[in-house]
Amino acid sequence: MIYRETGQFKTTYASDQQLFPILQDRVFVIGFLVFAFVGVPFLASDYLFRAILTPFLILSLAALGLNILVGYCGQLSLGTGGFMAVGAYAAYNIAIRVPDLNLLVVFVLAGLCSTVVGALFGIPSLRIKGFYLAVTTLAAQFFLDWAFARVGWLTNYSSSGSVAAPPLVIFGKAIQGPVEKYLFVLAIVCVFALLAKNLTRGAIGRSWMATRDMDVAAEVIGIRPLYAKLTAFAVSSFYVGLAGALWGFIYLGAWEPLAFDVNRSFELLFMVIIGGLGSILGSFLGAAFIVILPIVLNRRPSALGMPLSTATVSELELMVFGGLIVFFLIAEPRGLARLWAIGKEKLRLWPFPH
Amino acid sequence: MTIAFFALLAAAAVSPMVLGMAQFPQWLEIVIGGLMSGVLYSLVALGLVLIFKASGVFNFAQGAMVLFAALTLVRLAEKMPLVVALAVVLLVMVALAWLVERLVLRPLVNQEGIVLFMATLGVAYFLNGLGQFVWGADVFTLDVGMPKEPKIILDKVFEGGILVSTEDLIASLIAGLLVAALAVFFQKTSTGRALRAVADDHQAAQSIGIPLNRIWVIVWSVAGLVALVAGVVWGSKLGVQFSLQLIALKALPVVILGGFTSIPGAIVGGLLIGLGEKLSEVYLGPMFGGGIENWFAYVLALVFLLFRPEGLFGEKHIDRV
Amino acid sequence: MKNMLRIKAAALALAAAGGLAWAADALAQAKEIFVPVLVYRTGPYAPNGVPWADGFVDYLKLVNERDGGINGVKIAYEECETGYATDRGVECYERLKSKKPVAFSPLSTGITYALTEKAPGDHIVLITAGYGRADSVDGSVFRWNFPMMGTYWDGADILVQHVKTKGPIKGKKIALVYHDSPYGKEPIPVLEALAKKEGFKLMLLPVTHPGVEQKATWLQIRQQRPDYVFLWGWGVMNSTAIKEAIAVAYPRLQMYGVWWSGAEPDVLPAEQAARGYNALALAHSAENDKPIHKDMMKYLYDKGKGTAADKKEVGQVLYNRGMLSAILTVESIRTAMKHYGKGVMTGDQVRWGAEHLAIDANRIKQLGVDGMMVPFHTSCADHGGAH
Repeated sequence: MIYRETGQFKTTYASDQQLFPILQDRVFVIGFLVFAFVGVPFLASDYLFRAILTPFLILSLAALGLNILVGYCGQLSLGTGGFMAVGAYAAYNIAIRVPDLNLLVVFVLAGLCSTVVGALFGIPSLRIKGFYLAVTTLAAQFFLDWAFARVGWLTNYSSSGSVAAPPLVIFGKAIQGPVEKYLFVLAIVCVFALLAKNLTRGAIGRSWMATRDMDVAAEVIGIRPLYAKLTAFAVSSFYVGLAGALWGFIYLGAWEPLAFDVNRSFELLFMVIIGGLGSILGSFLGAAFIVILPIVLNRRPSALGMPLSTATVSELELMVFGGLIVFFLIAEPRGLARLWAIGKEKLRLWPFPH
Repeated sequence: MTIAFFALLAAAAVSPMVLGMAQFPQWLEIVIGGLMSGVLYSLVALGLVLIFKASGVFNFAQGAMVLFAALTLVRLAEKMPLVVALAVVLLVMVALAWLVERLVLRPLVNQEGIVLFMATLGVAYFLNGLGQFVWGADVFTLDVGMPKEPKIILDKVFEGGILVSTEDLIASLIAGLLVAALAVFFQKTSTGRALRAVADDHQAAQSIGIPLNRIWVIVWSVAGLVALVAGVVWGSKLGVQFSLQLIALKALPVVILGGFTSIPGAIVGGLLIGLGEKLSEVYLGPMFGGGIENWFAYVLALVFLLFRPEGLFGEKHIDRV
Repeated sequence: MKNMLRIKAAALALAAAGGLAWAADALAQAKEIFVPVLVYRTGPYAPNGVPWADGFVDYLKLVNERDGGINGVKIAYEECETGYATDRGVECYERLKSKKPVAFSPLSTGITYALTEKAPGDHIVLITAGYGRADSVDGSVFRWNFPMMGTYWDGADILVQHVKTKGPIKGKKIALVYHDSPYGKEPIPVLEALAKKEGFKLMLLPVTHPGVEQKATWLQIRQQRPDYVFLWGWGVMNSTAIKEAIAVAYPRLQMYGVWWSGAEPDVLPAEQAARGYNALALAHSAENDKPIHKDMMKYLYDKGKGTAADKKEVGQVLYNRGMLSAILTVESIRTAMKHYGKGVMTGDQVRWGAEHLAIDANRIKQLGVDGMMVPFHTSCADHGGAH
């Protein structure tokens, strides 16, 4: 009843092609953003900002990047953690070597470094497909892990191999408190999510999807696979690298290569699949699911008044996690985003389904 | 191109021989050591290939199965004789195969490969949790009577002789036996033939009356057996603990080098990877600061794939619109 | 189809309900001192992480059970699983921070590095007994880090000095087989400096996490034949190293491990063959006959309140080390109470306590850990403690 587009007529091409063609969607999205920017800072606790919202936003950005590659272009990658590391270490190196550079510029440059590396490791995708490609992207992961542990210059010859982010100052203002960090990340994520949404709607996005659906057919109708695949790798790596820089600078503060190991790659892949392949919203839903689930599992037993030992909890966590992944794949292989879409369809007819 | 690649590899492997006789025994030791770790990688890769061939599932849980089998074995062996424990574990692995087929594969039939791959990732997580939950996260000693002390051979020919780990040698023999047994199973038994038929074409196999579901249970059971053998061999070498499951990551470059669908590929790939890894670490490692073997195997496989995208023995893939 | 949808809806509702409910249990008791415990009871490092955590928690329990807390103030504690991963450690830290903790023991050099950046802002003491950043003994720079009981720089120095007693070291070759993480890299600068000073040759052999793949490393050792091997491993890397050493017939007598490479899970898998292997002890080894162990039995295990699954774990090397870490934490709080009065302490007050810690022989005896600890005292400048 509330969610029904009856009576909304499109009279121009522009209005027909806008991002959210339905009025209710626009209202909802804008309302949600206003709430995220204005409401949340007053409502949420410190803990919520530091341990849930900030990592959730950063990982959403990374998942978004991976989704561009896997969901839109159909190239499976298990090297995401490595590209995040590239972003983080690039940002670190730029920030300490060019001290007065604006932090935003640093992050964008870090993303660009990751773009270059990503495109480089994307070259094999022109010949190798499917799981073969997935496994070869692990080469990128392990190589990058090794490089950051072993090449002294990249860590500014830190004897322990652990690096610490310099203080975060932007336009002369220090970003210190959890709320400031949250808002900073939120702004970046919003901008880049909007960008991604538009990229995937445009010509380049459609060439990715054509490649995904059938690369030979796409080639026949005049899409250059070289261009489509490498741009997907490049754009995806930019997002992932930017997320890596944010992860290192804003969430961790100090890190070593192990923070971006192969488990991170798997985790991001989980987010994308559970959230929904080929969906911007799905990246966010997946990230939320993966970030919140372990915390819920961790706290649930004690809140219910049945204390379990830490070991049992973390073993159960693994089991529940694995089980849920299988369950979700069976129940809805197209992810949470698909559930959302189904919900919207239902809502359209509600409360009179016939 | 393939030939050029192999020539390059061979040249790299042989070069120390030319460098001088003094280096030769050491070089030989490294080659032997590399080949033997290669055999162990093949053992895990074999499980991956079996399942991929029969069901098109890229089974990431193979490593977790190795850990689970080894953990179950070592804890059961505390309570009963080893042989009985082995039999029980085998039953457990068959039950596991049945459960996986029932609860994971059957509901996901006809899904895309990536979805199935994700599902096995889920299975891997679940098994890791379950294994530690039931059997504990400690490190356990698995003693199946393998000799630990190395042997020195050819000490008359070279000064100092050549060191061979008896443990590795026995492990290689076991792996060889297993491969032979599997080959017989696949070639001579009707079940084996049915498995091959399924591997060739699911629909055709189904249309001549081969029950797909049962075949999957069988193939996962066989993979479970392979996991058990790998678990015994690796477990007695390293002790049974969580890190055993990480050897799955070692088996991945092996299967892509050998081809996802080829059993000989898994063997040859394993040997090549083991050899390349050890030679590179010892001879190239010091130049780069060490620790390169982890990614070297992958890069080796990647470079090779650029010339032959289906791996060494993989099936040629033809694209049609 | 309809059923499927219903299941999905139910699952979603469950997830949402779980999400809402977790926020409810945040408030803890106010009249207790909160000591968080970062542990790893699963994953590749669990065999070593479990006894440490059990020892730490058992001591806190013991103080509550036997003494009724520190000067009557009970200790509240909560474990958080890190899996030895830095980012999970940070997550734990952020989560437990809201409960006003006074001191963290991260049990990971990597996590220590990450928390070193955060602790000063939150006024939380980091007590890293026998690990952590070696450079953080300088209390004027690292005001919140307390690497007591010996740093890795000390450890590397002791090993070299010990090797020197076996004969002149000039021209000898020493290989460092290390865990490729901040922990394993910590001793490198000292060893490099010593190599220059003493004239020995240093071979650096990194082992990638988690360290099950060391064949090539040991083949190199066999090839280069270093005179000594220093082992700087953790978790499964240690037992694997010993096994590989056997496989290449490297004499175990010439192998020396740091104190994290010499516990039961490290040598037991190799059993007899490990004989001859040496590891540094951190002023204590495996012993379970001290008064404190008797107390553990009396107050905890006989009443079924012990943390360890098996009583035999009490007194193992890592159990004792966890216990000593807890003792240092409790003693810091106690010292703070002496100065600020009895009650719930803040992080700043405990920092004062940790900086004025003076544990003499008498106190060690009172604690019931006679012979497991050497007397030492800390100061504002020296957070490591002088003996």
